[in-house]
Amino acid sequence: MAVDVIDQLIGVEEGDALFELRLQRPEAKKNAQTSFTALFDSAELEHASRLERLAVAYWTTALSGSLTASFYRGLLAEESPDTLAALEVALPGAVTSGPYGDYPEGPLSTENAPGLHWEPDAALAISAGPRLAVALAHTHLLVYRPRDSSADALQTLLDAGWTTTGIVTLSQLVAFLSFQLRVVAGLTALKGELA
Amino acid sequence: MSEKVIRHAFEAPNAFTQAELGWEPWLEPLPLDELTERHYSGLVDKGRANSSYFRLLVRDPDILGARTRTDNDIFYNEKGGLPRAQRELSAAAASRTNGCIFCASVHSRFATHRSKRHDDVQRLLDEGPGGQQDDPQWRAVIDASVDLTRTPGDFDASNIRQLREAGLDDLAIADAIHGAAFFNWANRLMLSLGEPTPPTGS
Repeated sequence: MAVDVIDQLIGVEEGDALFELRLQRPEAKKNAQTSFTALFDSAELEHASRLERLAVAYWTTALSGSLTASFYRGLLAEESPDTLAALEVALPGAVTSGPYGDYPEGPLSTENAPGLHWEPDAALAISAGPRLAVALAHTHLLVYRPRDSSADALQTLLDAGWTTTGIVTLSQLVAFLSFQLRVVAGLTALKGELA
Repeated sequence: MSEKVIRHAFEAPNAFTQAELGWEPWLEPLPLDELTERHYSGLVDKGRANSSYFRLLVRDPDILGARTRTDNDIFYNEKGGLPRAQRELSAAAASRTNGCIFCASVHSRFATHRSKRHDDVQRLLDEGPGGQQDDPQWRAVIDASVDLTRTPGDFDASNIRQLREAGLDDLAIADAIHGAAFFNWANRLMLSLGEPTPPTGS
């Protein structure tokens, strides 16, 4: 049977109660895995390279404080140990807690919450190169303060060489992983409470 | 020379509402006449070709198709599990927490439609997830959604117990988890690729 990454990350196998529970939503289970495959086994890498995908995946899960980060760390370590090392140096200065950010001016302005607007430092920017550097900053935005998103943020990506299609893929990467890591967190808690 | 984003002149809505909003992208959707069979497979439902949101996402068709099929099973599979109204509540609570005015409008409206409890849903929008909810299942589903949505997550065994003590079985609890988790996917796309337009008729 083909590997199911969420089962693997939670530590469930066929026959376990949680395995059977997930089978009751068979399309959700199957397509969560198909999503992973579409993003990480894609043969179409001209708009977003494998290194960019894996660096963004590690960055998303590590910033989120997810136990899935060790899995993506392993994939990135195989692809580019140097990129992983640079991200690990940068991580303590980038970790915070969210969601925070501003609303469009009006009645919700009282709920505006300040927080870190992270950018790569010079060392990381040199190591990652301009395309990946802006993608890492955009990832930080999507992870912690998605309501601060803007047309300007997308223009920054375009100016650094990302195509419209590449931005769609980048956005799906961070967004899908934000889903996957929460399914893993939620089902791991449920697993511990099953009779 | 790099591409340019699309900038809009309208004033985007600045408050949570159950009214119908539109949404406009900041990036160019794929033109209708460039859609191939593979794109239609990614759109899943042919009618979605009329949506600028889905025609933007279909630029990467495989992940869009998998996203939509995941979404449909989490929210529309009615074989047991969490009542549909509460799946929508979970989506609305995540959207309220992340600050996605568009997603919150759609799913608060669906929650009201399914539950017929407009005022309870409106309180979630007006006062936020901490607002009073007297129904223990609603309280537990909202709390679970908020705790999963926070980064890093706050969701733990106490959420499972709260959901269970409110009368939810394991499948319903798994549905609540998936509903909140999925909106952490959807909110990030909707918030970052475009913005809502004012309610029709305002």
